[in-house]
Amino acid sequence: MTPKAGALLEVDGLHRSGLQPASFSLAAGECIAVHGHSGSGKTLLLRALADLDPNRGVVRLEGRDRATIPAPTWRQRVGYLPAEPGWWADTIGEHFIDWESAAVVAAQLGLPHEARGWPLTRPSTGERLRLALVRALAESPQVLMLDEPTAALDAGSVAAVEALLRQRVADGLAVLWVSHDPAQAARVGHRHLLVEAGRVREAGRDREAGWDREAEPQ
Amino acid sequence: MTKDYIALGYGDLAIAATLVLLDAAASLVLHLGIHRGFLISALRMVVQLSLMGLVLATLFALSSPLWTGLAALAMIAFAGREIASRQERPLAGLWSYGLGTGCMLVATTLVTVFALTTALRPHPWYDPRYAIPLLGMILSNTMTGIGLGLNTLSSGLVNRRGAVEARLMLGHPRRAALSPVIRQALRSALMPIVNTMSAAGIVALPGMMTGQILGGVPPGEAVKYQILILFLIAGGTGIGAVAAVLGGAYRLTDARHRLRLDRLAAR
Repeated sequence: MTPKAGALLEVDGLHRSGLQPASFSLAAGECIAVHGHSGSGKTLLLRALADLDPNRGVVRLEGRDRATIPAPTWRQRVGYLPAEPGWWADTIGEHFIDWESAAVVAAQLGLPHEARGWPLTRPSTGERLRLALVRALAESPQVLMLDEPTAALDAGSVAAVEALLRQRVADGLAVLWVSHDPAQAARVGHRHLLVEAGRVREAGRDREAGWDREAEPQ
Repeated sequence: MTKDYIALGYGDLAIAATLVLLDAAASLVLHLGIHRGFLISALRMVVQLSLMGLVLATLFALSSPLWTGLAALAMIAFAGREIASRQERPLAGLWSYGLGTGCMLVATTLVTVFALTTALRPHPWYDPRYAIPLLGMILSNTMTGIGLGLNTLSSGLVNRRGAVEARLMLGHPRRAALSPVIRQALRSALMPIVNTMSAAGIVALPGMMTGQILGGVPPGEAVKYQILILFLIAGGTGIGAVAAVLGGAYRLTDARHRLRLDRLAAR
């Protein structure tokens, strides 16, 4: 099967326990907002796409079957930011290979350069969430899956995160964005997926995401 | 061979047994509720050791490679059950018993045969009078090491799942993502033998050495034996723990670099 024109990520019959077969595709520079109640299977879907749990079905990136790509390479290209990102070292800086370039992105999210030396106990939940986003972007993924990336953030930080991601999407990043906030989903999503009791279906399509409309003056 | 030790009669043991009765009496008076346990365990100890004495006497008399090997396998099998039953978070299915027992089988056999063919060289090399006690001492320590290592590995992976998966999500290979937990598991597996070696002779007089001295062996000779045994234990524990912890880490991940905690037994 040849890739559909413009499709970066193709999902064909992806399923696992708790998730009915899901099929959809995602183009470069496109953001899909994922809706659904807690426990409906959104996180299961993202984990299956990141290949973190056993799953079946076909997933392709640029037409190449995921099964032929080593898992670590796959996860560098298809990044995943979970709702509660994990940390494994004692200081923030140890989680970054190149803090100097990461710090540029961190600054866009209002995080200081000195955050490198912070012990893990220092940043607030919201700061940690933003640092994890910087960490995920540092891998330069082609697709980024976000699970409630602004859940613990104040309004200013939400705007900063949305602005940063808008710029990345404009540069070609493909995003799957789980959000409980309908207003945010409407702002960021070009298309919408609805997850209900483990079933994934496409729920209407906006020609342009709200942020595109804002970005282009009438 | 001259008897250079004081043989014990059953009467001598009966006198010493009054000390256990004293403990039981203390439990009754102080309402500790462990007098039954005390008496039963003392009785078990007497029966088990007497049987062991009979088995060893028979094995020594037979001096057969077949029976010695079977006895060794039985000891390893029991020790394997001990490892499996001490796991807080055991692997599911046959892996729980199989991994610990398999690693112990390989490690203790290697080290015991190594000692029998290099340092000790009895005739024949499988002489049960050397092979069985040697195996027993290596086995009990290797068992502790493997048990601790596997326990620390599985509970460490459960407790630090978020940290391990965070690295997997960023594309780190499983070996790198698990390495802090693997290191911690190996350290806890090897810590007891390190402590035993540093305390030997200062805090503790090792039981085997004490036994040999009571049996009439000159202290200098007994010490050499003890040093040999501790080296063998260190080797057995190291080989067994590394094999078991790496095997456990392999089982708890898969070829797609996923953390597979679903392969732990359900609680």
